[in-house]
Amino acid sequence: MTIPGAAPSREDAPEGIDARRLTVSAVVRRLPAWVGAAAASGVVLWVVFLAEGTPAGSAVGNPARFVVTLLDAVTFAGLLFVAASGFTLIFGLMRTVNMAHGSLFLLSAYLAIRVQQAMVGRTRNIDPADVRIIDWLVPLLVGATVAAAVGLVIHQVFLQWNEGQELRQALITLAITVVLADQMLREFGGLAQSMVWPGAVTHFISIMGQRYATTRLFMLAVAVLVGILLWLWLTRTRMGMVIRAGVDDRQMVRGLGINIRLVFATTFFVGSFLAGVGGVLGASFGGAAPGTDGAWLLNSLVVVIIGGLGSIKGAIAGSLLYGSVVAFSPAYLPSQYSFYAIIVTFALLALVLASRPYGLFGRPA
Amino acid sequence: MTEAGMRSRLLTRTNAALAALVVFLIVLPSLAPAFFINFVMTQTMMLGLAAATIVFLARYGGMISLAQFLLFGVAGFMFGNAALESGARGLNLGWGPWVAVVFALAVTTAVAFLLGALAARTTGIYFLMLTLVYAVIGFFVFAQIVEISGPGGITSIGRPDLMGPPVRLYYTGLALSVLAYLGFKAIGRTSFGRALQGVRDDPIRMASLGFNVPLHRTLAFTLAGFVTGLAGILNVWWNGQIDPASISIGPTLILLIIAVIGGISYFEGAWLGAFVYVVVFTYLRDLPLIDRIGITEARFNTVIGAVVLLIMVLSPEGLAGIIERVRHRAGRPARGASARTGRRTAVRRPHPSRIGEA
Repeated sequence: MTIPGAAPSREDAPEGIDARRLTVSAVVRRLPAWVGAAAASGVVLWVVFLAEGTPAGSAVGNPARFVVTLLDAVTFAGLLFVAASGFTLIFGLMRTVNMAHGSLFLLSAYLAIRVQQAMVGRTRNIDPADVRIIDWLVPLLVGATVAAAVGLVIHQVFLQWNEGQELRQALITLAITVVLADQMLREFGGLAQSMVWPGAVTHFISIMGQRYATTRLFMLAVAVLVGILLWLWLTRTRMGMVIRAGVDDRQMVRGLGINIRLVFATTFFVGSFLAGVGGVLGASFGGAAPGTDGAWLLNSLVVVIIGGLGSIKGAIAGSLLYGSVVAFSPAYLPSQYSFYAIIVTFALLALVLASRPYGLFGRPA
Repeated sequence: MTEAGMRSRLLTRTNAALAALVVFLIVLPSLAPAFFINFVMTQTMMLGLAAATIVFLARYGGMISLAQFLLFGVAGFMFGNAALESGARGLNLGWGPWVAVVFALAVTTAVAFLLGALAARTTGIYFLMLTLVYAVIGFFVFAQIVEISGPGGITSIGRPDLMGPPVRLYYTGLALSVLAYLGFKAIGRTSFGRALQGVRDDPIRMASLGFNVPLHRTLAFTLAGFVTGLAGILNVWWNGQIDPASISIGPTLILLIIAVIGGISYFEGAWLGAFVYVVVFTYLRDLPLIDRIGITEARFNTVIGAVVLLIMVLSPEGLAGIIERVRHRAGRPARGASARTGRRTAVRRPHPSRIGEA
């Protein structure tokens, strides 16, 4: 929406090759891209100049509100990226769609909340001032590590022997999701709980006269840190090199005598760990309750479908686009239509898919 | 084909068994208690009908759709919006019940066409994910937009006078199920069905032969949406109400699970899976000693999830696949319609385009 150049503009990979010769078909094929570009410029125009009578008002009329909404978009995109990057990493290498990603997210969130409560010594009404940095970091590591371990077990027991059977694997992980959701409901109850940010980062700052919570900026910082570590791991280490090679050509990597099983297991561990980190961030940001798992599976799916499965770049682009839609549509839709924010998400998805069926940075499996 | 050949084709053991089953189901209401008919069997027919559309798309199109339960719900919501004259929520159009049925089916089919057209260029795992996204977005649409439903849903929806006695819902469900079963089987032998199966197996070759691949997928999805809409209307008549929670991600997965339990490439499996699901759901709590081993009503989802996990690990072809396999082992290969379409390899290993790698 507000990200220039992110509008779908390239022609889709031809499925029927003969269609290219016909000019009419060529126009029809380019149509979604033109519609996408037109829609993107229309949205920018609306937000900047025309959006009077919306909760936020036009960006020219109320620049402070615009900046705050933009910050909301970027910080939420950070959380989206952490949650979706593990999902896309696993798919990119192994072609496994881990539908249990949301469950690992929620499991880590619940566990971290438990650990934090034990460390602070209280189960309710925890004041941020009582939470030291370590009371937040240790639960984060515990939750994410357990999620990673559970993910590894799922991979070793249920997915490792039927590699390549994508749909079977997706259905197996869906079944695991149902079981895990039910068991978590038994163990952690049906009430919403939340993780408490450490007191050191819980302040309010003033941005152009608007109060803004520093916890959101902290969340963005954690997400950027995760992104940088992931990037360093993938580009600067031997394991990362093997993973990138495996994404391009699994058979060749096998043929070179590399222990691909170990690489697969490590990737699944890291991907699940990222789901766990996302879960703790999400629990601190918006709480955890039954249903959070499904919501975050959806969020991860939307991000990777927009960005393209298996691409880290795609995860960044998808997070920013989807985060923008989530932040901007309630603020910039006319007041009586703010319920329709979900339609905007669908419209974004439809536009991207109509011009690039495999996402912005994706390619056919 | 000669008359004798025609007769031998129609009078297979499978067809005779199915005809006997239908006759049995027709006389069942005079044999079984009303609760069994009006609760268990009516639900079996509705859910089986909806699950059969998943089977249709998976078997002929190679598309595993999670959006079918959304379309099921769209039909219900639209019927409620159109039929009610007054109420706290919804459009309250106050149309006659049969006009409302036509309206609901038209909207459902149109939505299915739109969603299908958008998804038609993706297959396999991408299609599964995209339809899951459809399902969840659909849930939010009905949960958030108060003009058509809102979080509380639409309540006290009546059914037409013709459908007054509950047993008529059962018969309607049975009739629609039989029609859908025969219709789906027949479509597999039409040129459209043949082309669709060609698209499933090799889209690139079909495209170069001049077939419009996305159009075939879109039309299949639209037809499946229409049939799901029929089941959805039946459901709203039976239930008398519909709310967004009833089309959330949980029930969506349940419908896929029903198709998977039965066997995702067998039409019979859809109703078999629905029957198993409804029976387990209804009677599990009555089993003696079941709570001793930690399985209570509240932990029902764990049981269902574990059953599906077991089926997917052992035999991705589900219960119908297991039955076929047992019959195969017993040295009596099944000669049903499935044998003729050249799918015999599906017994030992899943068909690559459906469960395995394309």
